[in-house]
Parts: sequence; structure tokens; C-alpha cells
Amino acid sequence: MLDFLEIFQRVFKKESVSSKKVAKERLRLVLVHDRTSMSPQVLEFLKEDLIKVISKYMDIDTEGLEVNFSKEDDSIALVASIPVIKVKRLSTS
Amino acid sequence: MGEVIVVTSGKGGVGKTTTTANIGTGLALLGYHVVLVDTDIGLRNLDVVLGLENRIVYDIVDVTSGNCRLKQALIKDKRFEGLYLLPAAQTKEKTAVSVSQMVDLCNDLEKEFDYVLVDCPAGIEQGFKNAIAGAHKAVVVTTPEVAAVRDADRVIGLLEAAEIKDPLLIINRFRPEMAKKGNMMDIDDVIEILAIELLGVIPEDELIVISTNKGEPAVLNQQSIAGQAYRNVSRRITGETVPLLKLDVSNGLLMRLRKLIGMG
Repeated sequence: MLDFLEIFQRVFKKESVSSKKVAKERLRLVLVHDRTSMSPQVLEFLKEDLIKVISKYMDIDTEGLEVNFSKEDDSIALVASIPVIKVKRLSTS
Repeated sequence: MGEVIVVTSGKGGVGKTTTTANIGTGLALLGYHVVLVDTDIGLRNLDVVLGLENRIVYDIVDVTSGNCRLKQALIKDKRFEGLYLLPAAQTKEKTAVSVSQMVDLCNDLEKEFDYVLVDCPAGIEQGFKNAIAGAHKAVVVTTPEVAAVRDADRVIGLLEAAEIKDPLLIINRFRPEMAKKGNMMDIDDVIEILAIELLGVIPEDELIVISTNKGEPAVLNQQSIAGQAYRNVSRRITGETVPLLKLDVSNGLLMRLRKLIGMG
């Protein structure tokens, strides 16, 4: 059963989400995937930089470090798994 | 010294050949010396779009393999001063031309012409690699569709990797009335995603089909809105600043009604 609002929307051919928005969102997601899989080197550079920054604060297991893109419904997240060996004693004033 | 510009897209059927034919003819109309090179070996089409299919004697493979001299293979378009076609071979493989042969060919052509436009085959394999080998600049053609924009993005990456800097974008078959209703990606959406400079927007136009039927590029037709858009693109290529065509759709009765009741 269609509710009143849906009938109303159909009559006036006004879709709740424009297909243009759907197209743009789908493209944005597929391109994140395309662009990263096209240049795994970029991920490698990112890993190296992450190691440099994080090592200032703690000892990490650089071999076990993993950086990946993870897709959830309609968004993409950069997920880093970084095994910590030891946190440095920071001499802050 | 001329400029070698490759027209490419990744995806097939978005209008590379139509674009090459129209920009080339448009540049010739502006008085430039132009050669159009069809690198789609095995699937040549630029000759029919230009209406020159009955005049082919030699082709690009005859030139690169030394069967004939370059000048013998160039077909002069008799309708305009300064427009030439170097046709693709129809019965050979894509691998019949190598990257180094293509570079040499482009070097020879740029000495004789103001503009060398290279019509690239669809795909990103050998034919694509050949087509971009001798190019200084690239024009990427897309339509406002997910598949076409995705492939355009891939091609832009490959062009940058090949050190062909700052490719220019043509958005083809744009339908302003659909974009206005939110049913087609708008020009700004595509530019935002691809992040390259816009060279032109070509509106969907039935006259393109008619002009292709006749073998007369739409750029020659004063009635064609796509022809007008291509004339503007040609002038932009020469460095002129030409504003984008106004493609606003006038509000029809239905649209006004919807607005009236707050549904617009």
C-alpha cells in the first residue's frame, strides 16, 4: 500500500532522492577504490609516513602494521591497524 | 611547430570521433592548417564522420611501415582549406603501429601543421598507448554518466603517468533539462569529481546524428547547438577566451505549475 505522501510524490514525479545525487555518490565511492587500487604505491608512502609520525610517540610493530580502505554502506574509511609494542615516556613539562 | 592533441575517453561511444571531427573542422574554419589522425586501427570511423571514406588510398600503417610517403596518405578535405585526414588501417591489428613509430609520425606532422588531432581508440591498451605517445596535450571526452566519468578518471590518471599534463575536459551529450530536474549530473558535479579544466560542454543535439549521416561535421551547421558549442571549443583551443554557451531551459507550463504549488 502506498501512503498518501508517496502517491502525491508520484503524481508530481518528484523523487525523494534525485538520481543525480545517487550517481555522484556512487562515483565518489568507486573512484576512491579505483584510485587507490591503481596506485598501491600511494598506500605504501602513507604507511611509511605513518610509521615516522607514530614512532615519535611509541614503539610500534612496523611489520604488523596494516593500512587499508574499508567500505561501509555509503562511506569509505581509512583503517589502520598498528600493533603497539611500547609507549615512550614523554618528558613534557 | 604545431601542437599535437590527443582526443581520448577510455569508454567507447561517448563521442571521441565526433569531437575530433568537429574540433578539427572548426580549427580549419578558423584558418588553421589541421590534420586529423585516426589511430583506431581495425575500427576506423573518422573517415565516415568526415565524409571522406571514398577517398582513402593509403593509411597510417602504410606510412609507418614505409609503403608510401606521408604526403601520399594524407587526404585533403576539398570543402575547406587546410583540413587533412590520415586514416586508420581497417584490416590490420592495433599492434601494427609501435609507440616509437607513432612518436616519429607526430614529429613529422607537427612540422607541417598548426594542429595535429589524434583520435584515440576506446580502451587503455596498445591503441591508447600509441595514440598518446606523440601528444603534447590531451582532451578527455566524457558524458555525464557514472560509467563514462569513471573511465575518464582512469584515463586522466594514465595521461598524468605518461606526463601529459593538465588534460582538458569536454562534457558531451549534456541535457540541461535533465540536470535541472536532478536526473543528470550537472557540469559542476563532473568537474568537481574529475578536477580538471573544462574545455567545453556539448549539449545533446539530434543534428549530430543527421550530420553524421551526411558526413558533414555539425560545426558547419549554424542551426546546430552542438555545432555552436564545438565552434566555441575550437576557438578556446586557439587560446581565445569564449564564455560557455547558455544552456538554461525555459520553464515550461508544468514546471511553473509545480513551482506554484511548491514542488519545483
